[in-house]
Amino acid sequence: MVAQNIFFGIIATIMVVAAFRVVSVRNVVHAALWLVLVMSGAAALYILLAAEFVGVTQILVYVGAVMVLLLFGTMLTRAQIGAEKDLNHRSWALGIPVAGMLFLAMAVALIGGFEDDQLPENLDRVTVQQISDDLFSPYLVPFMALSFVLVATVIGAIVLARRD
Amino acid sequence: MLINQFLLLGAVLFCLGVYGVIARRNAVMVLMSIELILNAVNINLLAFALMNGTSDGHAFALMIIAIAAAEVGVGLAMVLLVYRNRRSIALDELSEMKG
Repeated sequence: MVAQNIFFGIIATIMVVAAFRVVSVRNVVHAALWLVLVMSGAAALYILLAAEFVGVTQILVYVGAVMVLLLFGTMLTRAQIGAEKDLNHRSWALGIPVAGMLFLAMAVALIGGFEDDQLPENLDRVTVQQISDDLFSPYLVPFMALSFVLVATVIGAIVLARRD
Repeated sequence: MLINQFLLLGAVLFCLGVYGVIARRNAVMVLMSIELILNAVNINLLAFALMNGTSDGHAFALMIIAIAAAEVGVGLAMVLLVYRNRRSIALDELSEMKG
C-alpha cells in the first residue's frame, strides 16, 4: 500500500501544479497543453482506483478528442500566437476569495465527514462486463437520453458553426 | 489509501476550476476550466465507487465524460459563432443584454 501512496503523491502533485498553470498561464495554447497533463494524471488516478475502463476512456475522449477540439477552437478564434496580456478580467482577484472559501468549506466537511476512512485493500475488481450490465439494464434510460443528447449536440454544432 | 486523499485532491481541482471560470476573460479558457471541474467530480465518483465496491460510479463517470465531450463541442461552436460576428471572444464584451 506504500507504493500506491507514493504514486498517488507524485500524480497528485503533478495534477495540482498543472491545474494551477492552466488557470494562471498567459498563453492559451500552453494552457491547453497543461490541461493535457491534468487529464492524463486523472486517467492515472482512475487506474489507481481500479477503474481501468474509465481511465482508458478518459485518455481516448479527453486527451484525444476534447483536447483537439480545444486547440482547434484556439487556432480558429485568435490571430496571435504567444502570450496575451488581457486573458484575465480586470476583477480577476475576486476569484481568489471565492475559490479559497469554497475549498475551506469543502475541506472542513470532508475531513470532518470521512476522517481516516480507508479504501478497501483487497477489492473485487469492477469488470467491464459489470459496467456494461449496468449501462444496459438499470441505466438504460439515461443511456438512451445520453445518445439523444449526443445526436442533438452534433446537429447543434453543425447548425451553429455552419457558414451560410 | 485514505479516501480523503482523493476527495481533497478533487476539491483542490474543483476550486482551481471555479477560480478559472471567474477570473478568465477568454471563452476558450473558461471552457478549459469547466473541464477541470468535471474531472474533479469524476475523481470523487470513482473514489466512492471503490469505497462502496459497486460499479455504479463507473457508469456515472462514463456519462459525465460523454456529457463533457458534448458540452465542449457545442461550446466551441458557439465561441466560433461569437468570434465570427464580433472578431473577439472576450466574455466581458458580450454586454448587449445589459439593461
